[in-house]
Amino acid sequence: MKRLLVVFLALFFMLPAGVLASQADTLIWGRGGDSVNLDLAQATDGESIKAGIQVLENLVIFGKNSMDVEPQLAESWSVSEDGLTWTFKLRKGVTFHDGEPFNAQAVYDSFARIIDETHPLHGYGKWRYLSLSLKPVTAINVVDDFTIQLVTEKPFAPLLNNLALWLCPILSPKAMHEYKDQIGQNPVGTGPFKFVKWVKDDQIVFERNDDYWGEKAKVKQIVLKSIPEPSARLMALQSGAVDIADDLDPDSIKLVEKDSDLAIIKRPSVNVGYLALNTEKPYLKDPKVRIGLSHAIDKNTIIQAIFQGMAIPAKNPFAPSIWGYNDAIEPYGYDPAKATKMLKEAGFDFSRELELWAMPVSRAYMPDPVKTAELIQAYLAAVGVKAKIVRMDWGTYLKKTSNGEHDMCMLGWLGGNADPDNFLYGLLSADTAETPGASNVALWKNAEFTELCKEAQVIFDKEKRAAKYMKAQEIAHKEAPWIPLAHTTIVRCYNKRLDNVPLRPNGLNSFQMVSKN
Amino acid sequence: MTLGYISKRLFHLALIMFGVSVVVFLMLRMIPGDPAQLLLGEFASPEELARLREQLGLNQSLFTQFWIYLSNIIQGDMGHSVRTNAPVTGEIWVRLIATLELSLAAMCIATFFGIAAGVLSAVKQYSLWDYGAMFMALVGVSMPIFWLGLMLIYLFAVKYPLLPMMGRISLGLEVPDVTGLMVVDAVVAGNWQSLVSALKHLLLPAFTLATIPMAIVARITRSAMLEVLNMDYVRTARAKGMTEWVVIFRHALRNAFLPVVTVLGLNLGLLLGGAVLTETIFSWPGLGRYVVDSLAGRDYAAVQGCILVFALLMAVINLAVDLIYVLLDPRIRVNE
Repeated sequence: MKRLLVVFLALFFMLPAGVLASQADTLIWGRGGDSVNLDLAQATDGESIKAGIQVLENLVIFGKNSMDVEPQLAESWSVSEDGLTWTFKLRKGVTFHDGEPFNAQAVYDSFARIIDETHPLHGYGKWRYLSLSLKPVTAINVVDDFTIQLVTEKPFAPLLNNLALWLCPILSPKAMHEYKDQIGQNPVGTGPFKFVKWVKDDQIVFERNDDYWGEKAKVKQIVLKSIPEPSARLMALQSGAVDIADDLDPDSIKLVEKDSDLAIIKRPSVNVGYLALNTEKPYLKDPKVRIGLSHAIDKNTIIQAIFQGMAIPAKNPFAPSIWGYNDAIEPYGYDPAKATKMLKEAGFDFSRELELWAMPVSRAYMPDPVKTAELIQAYLAAVGVKAKIVRMDWGTYLKKTSNGEHDMCMLGWLGGNADPDNFLYGLLSADTAETPGASNVALWKNAEFTELCKEAQVIFDKEKRAAKYMKAQEIAHKEAPWIPLAHTTIVRCYNKRLDNVPLRPNGLNSFQMVSKN
Repeated sequence: MTLGYISKRLFHLALIMFGVSVVVFLMLRMIPGDPAQLLLGEFASPEELARLREQLGLNQSLFTQFWIYLSNIIQGDMGHSVRTNAPVTGEIWVRLIATLELSLAAMCIATFFGIAAGVLSAVKQYSLWDYGAMFMALVGVSMPIFWLGLMLIYLFAVKYPLLPMMGRISLGLEVPDVTGLMVVDAVVAGNWQSLVSALKHLLLPAFTLATIPMAIVARITRSAMLEVLNMDYVRTARAKGMTEWVVIFRHALRNAFLPVVTVLGLNLGLLLGGAVLTETIFSWPGLGRYVVDSLAGRDYAAVQGCILVFALLMAVINLAVDLIYVLLDPRIRVNE
């Protein structure tokens, strides 16, 4: 009896635990959470976007490791003289995963459902990030089967970058009609992988699309595993249970760097974390006060302590990995003596307690908002400025900051489309500083700055646009509506048996070319 | 056990569930703000809000609203998740089954080893066995689940890769979905490879989850057994010349069972609700994680659904415990 038990137990443990022979061809990707909605036009969270872009494609796309726009389902494009009409020539011979042909009608349905309230598919989705995608488009014209035109009311140069974002995917019209509001649970696109199954909170399985129009994917399957505990994710990577592990904490990253079986890519990201100063408050209205406060904060220490070195200090509203960055700007260095002096000169009332609003959730650009707020509070105290940390839930936080109810608030921007317009016009122009619903939470209204941003929107020459943005950054620097804190470094940790692992500055890549040895 | 007793208890259960649903119903209406806005989140369009207000009857009396709400729940409609657009009932169901599988496995481990250790300690009181078992129970109760889970993964999945560290079954293995319980489905399908895989996936998380209840059960069993072992009828049983085995298990243990069953019942309730940590460490797609994610995502419909489900589970477990009492102790039947 005992012997039988021993034999049974031995057999039980000897049988392969997790690894089956077929997995040599399967890329296993460990990440922190499950996706929510794989219809990228509706997706708002990183895990949905990372997964969805394996299946869905756009007209245009960013380069593999850069943020330059390249063709995808559109072969070429042109803009009319007046800058109002964009014409896209579509790729021929492409089919959706359900066998339906890709053509201009599919592009029309995919786009019109987002912007046209009379479109039959419009009611099946929540188009939350419309303002970042197709909002400027007023008409979509199907010219012929493989030509489509987008018309805007005013010339709008950032449109191309918007189209390269995940927010404008092309889906099979048949599938969209069939699945209605559940299309996000059953995405059907043209990508190198097709959706197979989704076990909620556990895994999503994608399979190679053998009819793909471009170079076929190297691996046969991608399995996205949700592994919420970061230490478990690290161990899964170390043991080979997963090939890629996302969002590891800085301590884990140090261990990955030491492990000879594992590899790591680091790249500066396109995001920014900042402290916005409410310029409408009388005591923060004077730029001298704001510059004084900027000098009080030691960004380098915050980066060492909170970001554990995985970030660079910010001096401009957007990151140096984006074109148009003004590197000539001299940052306001950490100088408490100067800070006190400037505040005194400006007649700042040191008896006033400022409210410092801390985000209740951590984001890539702000990994530990409360600790960051505590550090900022301590730095301000060192120059005699009293600050009280204010916390509330995320929804209320966003609402109240967009109403301008704060003195100082922490926020950030992922900046997925990597266009300076996204940061400067979107977050700092006078047009976006109107309450309620301001995205410019500094409520900073500078006519010259706003004018520069608007001029840049209608210029199609990148260098000329960049010149406008350089000037705009100078103004933002002089006026200091924000204290820009940090741009994080993004990291991808993977097993060395993988080849060709890509990493774009926004962290979103198709794994089409990744192979597993 | 009379039918009357059971029906009386079922009526109590219905009453409790009614009370819970009133509380859940009022909860959403007492939070400041528009319930429709809360349910649909900050990005909802005016048309969607209007539609949901109509559906929930928000412009009618509170009583009508409650009637709509109650009839929806009885039909299994607990609203739509604001995060996924999907019906909450389905979302909860798949995760509940996963949690149930894990909790039941943990319960089996806790019951078997806990009772064995308790009986052993009591029978061999003040021996090395007794001290050893009670020391282990102390360790089990005080061990942080988080630390234990990670250590087990490190030992058995990384250092000595004997067991899987995440999920419910190996990639590439499929079992037809009959009950949703992987182990049962694998047996039903006669797929032994899947069965072994599912059992292996269960082992580490179930053991982690079982440590605390196992320790509690061991201690309770020990003290209950000690009390019973000194009783006259045990002495009588021995005097009749019965084997020690029969004396301990048939005469003593059965009478020591009442407090143990109570503790087991309470623990099963705790396991179902408290599996969040274990589910997180072992990437187990269960209800605990869903509740946490829903709370973080301000998904009111989902949270409400979870509260109702948890309340129902607790009520059913309590009922089951009471019924088992009656089976174990005929005197309760007489009093009823």
